[in-house]
Amino acid sequence: MVRLKRACGQTANKLPDETQQRQRQNTVAFKLKKVTTMATAETRNKIFGTPETNYLNCTKGWKSWAFTLDHKRIGVMYLVGVTIALFLAGAFALILRSHLVKFDSNMLSYDRYNQMFTLHGAVMVFAFIIPSIPAALGNFVLPMMLGAKDVAFPRMNLASFYLWIVGTMCLLGAILFGGGLDTGWTFYTPYSIETETGVIWATFGAFVLGFSSIFTGLNFLVTVNTMRSPGQTWFKLPLFLWSLYATSIIQVLATPVLGITLLLLIAEKTMHIGVFDPRYGGDPVLFQHFFWFYSHPAVYIMILPGMGVISELISVYSQKRIFGYSFIAFSSVAIALLGFLVWGHHMFTSGQSPLVTLIFSAITFSVAIPSAVKVFNWLATLFKGSILLNTPMLYALSFIFLFGIGGLTGLFLGALSTDIHLHDTYFVVAHFHFVMVGGTLTALLGGLFHWWPKMFGRMYNDFWGRVSCALVFIGFNVTFFPQFVMGARGMPRRYASYDPEFQIFHQISTVGAFVLGIGILLAYGVLVYAARYGKRCGSNPFRAASMEWQSSSPPDFHNFIHKPTVNDPYDFDSQVYDEELDTYLPREYADPAKTPPRKEPVHH
Amino acid sequence: MNWHLPILLGKLDSSSTEEIIKRVEQTTLPGTKVPASSIEHVGADSWAQFYDSSYWFPEQASDFAAPVDNLFMYIFWVSLVFFVVIVVAMVYLCFRYRRKGQEINPEPSSSHNNLIEIIWSVGPSVFLVYMFWQGATTYFETKTPPPEPEEIVVTASRWNWVFTYPNGDSSSELHLVNNQPTRLKMQSTDVLHSLYVPAFRQKMDIVPGRYSYAYFRPTKEGQYRLSCTEYCGREHSKMRTVAEVHPDEEHRRENTQWIKEEYYPWKNGERIYKINCSGCHKINGEAATGPALNLLYSMKKRPLMGGGKVTVDADYVRKSIEYPAADVVEGFGPVSKMNSFLNKLSQDDINNVNAYLQKLNDPSSVAGGTIETGLRADGE
Repeated sequence: MVRLKRACGQTANKLPDETQQRQRQNTVAFKLKKVTTMATAETRNKIFGTPETNYLNCTKGWKSWAFTLDHKRIGVMYLVGVTIALFLAGAFALILRSHLVKFDSNMLSYDRYNQMFTLHGAVMVFAFIIPSIPAALGNFVLPMMLGAKDVAFPRMNLASFYLWIVGTMCLLGAILFGGGLDTGWTFYTPYSIETETGVIWATFGAFVLGFSSIFTGLNFLVTVNTMRSPGQTWFKLPLFLWSLYATSIIQVLATPVLGITLLLLIAEKTMHIGVFDPRYGGDPVLFQHFFWFYSHPAVYIMILPGMGVISELISVYSQKRIFGYSFIAFSSVAIALLGFLVWGHHMFTSGQSPLVTLIFSAITFSVAIPSAVKVFNWLATLFKGSILLNTPMLYALSFIFLFGIGGLTGLFLGALSTDIHLHDTYFVVAHFHFVMVGGTLTALLGGLFHWWPKMFGRMYNDFWGRVSCALVFIGFNVTFFPQFVMGARGMPRRYASYDPEFQIFHQISTVGAFVLGIGILLAYGVLVYAARYGKRCGSNPFRAASMEWQSSSPPDFHNFIHKPTVNDPYDFDSQVYDEELDTYLPREYADPAKTPPRKEPVHH
Repeated sequence: MNWHLPILLGKLDSSSTEEIIKRVEQTTLPGTKVPASSIEHVGADSWAQFYDSSYWFPEQASDFAAPVDNLFMYIFWVSLVFFVVIVVAMVYLCFRYRRKGQEINPEPSSSHNNLIEIIWSVGPSVFLVYMFWQGATTYFETKTPPPEPEEIVVTASRWNWVFTYPNGDSSSELHLVNNQPTRLKMQSTDVLHSLYVPAFRQKMDIVPGRYSYAYFRPTKEGQYRLSCTEYCGREHSKMRTVAEVHPDEEHRRENTQWIKEEYYPWKNGERIYKINCSGCHKINGEAATGPALNLLYSMKKRPLMGGGKVTVDADYVRKSIEYPAADVVEGFGPVSKMNSFLNKLSQDDINNVNAYLQKLNDPSSVAGGTIETGLRADGE
């Protein structure tokens, strides 16, 4: 409770005067505030220098991590967790691709192959992509971007992480105790009712993971609504927060539908309640409606945070105010809302009525517009910038390239007649991997390279970082581009053996997959090495202007030991270089003698 | 592109076409042919020919193929132009405004411009509207067969295809006659399946518990791959067979491995009716415990208990047999007196009853024989 109150201290103006007074006396912020007008070198060093204690070493022992309520530690634990899930599901993918080298391969049995692609999809979607950016990066960055001590409900935050562990264990329990899982990650009925594999384990796992997701979303919504720093209006939020906010809306509104659906599936399987099973009067297509009512918005849970990361990176590394802030911000909200109205485009061939199909196709095309708006705005941000082509920026640029392909190929699938041909072929597989991997995973890696110096206080090797980006980019394209061609030529998804005409494309794809795998391993290698042996870096090495960079690197347990200056997150001129600390500081704290004059801010 | 990556392929490269065909046969439905186009792509086959729709697509073998391919290539070119503009702009801007040395010095420029933003939000929508419209138009054509197409019943099961023709014969490959409009009436005996013939650009899911329909008109003779595209369990990828388009009816009759049937389907339906239904349902127009059946197909809509109407079609008949309580005919309520025949009559039985009911209403609407014999004449 004390912790919560202290966190609420950030919105001090809303508290009664007496509490406000007491809290001010208790915090360092108050003492330092007076000095800021003429900050001494000592003050600067205290706030922005390399701290002796930080959130990583302030307490020790496994209990201090297992029972921590610190959003930063929970973010780091989430990061470790989703990375393990990524490597696991990535290994499944490489096994699949190795199998598909020959058209009549018998490296895996049919059963084993079906289990592999199911687990690849299920673990990637439920245990990796959905929590990746929001729960790992978002958890770390979101409260700091608000100048807050923590999220609104720290205990719920920790619970979310443990639910993630339980859910992932249940999902994997399907392999160990359920005899595998072979339904595809979509659990389509009636196959999922009839199969004897561990559907109950897996769906229960996904159900629990859903709660983990809801907890994170709810936490973020409340935090952004109530814990912004005084003076930090909605339009002074970094765009990453707008995208996380939009994501959280989806998580809170859509995930319960998945939960109910999966429970109904379990009930159908165990008690034959006759909702989805046609033998008892149920309707299998109803399951598809329920499932996609969540899982289509879930696509935006995956991609929106990625878009938010890219907005930050493009702006910071161009050192230019993001172009069309409000258009980007509202396009996130528009995507989140429209995302609820297009689930039927996964079912164009399922037998839903042609009129419904027509309406879903029309709404689907309308989602293309806000996505395109973002891309154009990012490009316009580059114009006349001062562009630094370091690792995170290269990841951001490859995001624009890959997401561009992913988004544009969505048009082929949104148009009805072409979708009938392309539906359930490798064209779809390639399309969503371009969005999910080329988009979300690239954004995650870019974001990790961007915030890594903040998280661990050390700088990575930029050369090897860029090499990893090149490998990921090349490997990714080699893997998935051939899949567009074979898909259009009629190669169905989820095939363990296939016609020889497609073999060459599968082989190219497999080579690419291994390059991609090496690239991702290298990226994580560079990061992990940096966390241990990298060169120490100051609080704000990239001259970013959002509030998380006003803490020391790594941040203090309390995030800020001073009261962070609320400024415009895209006004980079507010940060000036300090030679002594070799980093950028807010103007208010810089040595006035060495501070260059403020440039004329350009607004109109 | 008949080459392979040598390191990965090893011995495969040396396989002759016959050996490859044999190996394909092992991974498809037993006893079905292997179309040549599944060994090697027919059409443009080099990366450099990406502008050619025959690079992207299999042969065009139905009347939907051309409009689908044209729309695909239209979207392809629009996307390519946008994509090239985006990437060129991105690369140029990154080069032109790259940071030189340590100096951070962005040139002043505006940070928003409502006019430009509205133009680039609304402008591209023109292309989107065209894509949507073209796509929807062709889609509705595929959903609207001409009157009286040949109706072939498709039964999908794990892991088998059976195609039953109007005369009652079946085959495990789909045999079609060139230029004959064909409607597939599809049913599944177990889980979801989906029928996909890439050369026809047609695909439709097959959902247990209801009929689904796919329509097309083949326009080119030859053999084409037919696959299941909805995951259905272990041997999903083995559910591959052939759609063969014959020049004419005679050619089809003589070149198909038929699974012969002695009676017309409706005749089997008559037998099933006599055993199961005739106690309560008359065929002389008189109401008994249940309504008469001979008039059923003469009405389009049927009034129900408690108001409301139901469209009379194959799905209605099937539902009434399996779930009699669902739609109770006006005057026979308030609740249905009929027992469910769910899991007592097979999918085929219900199809046969349906054919019989149609024959009762209009003998010319259902193929083959007179209502007295129903026995198939030789060679028909």
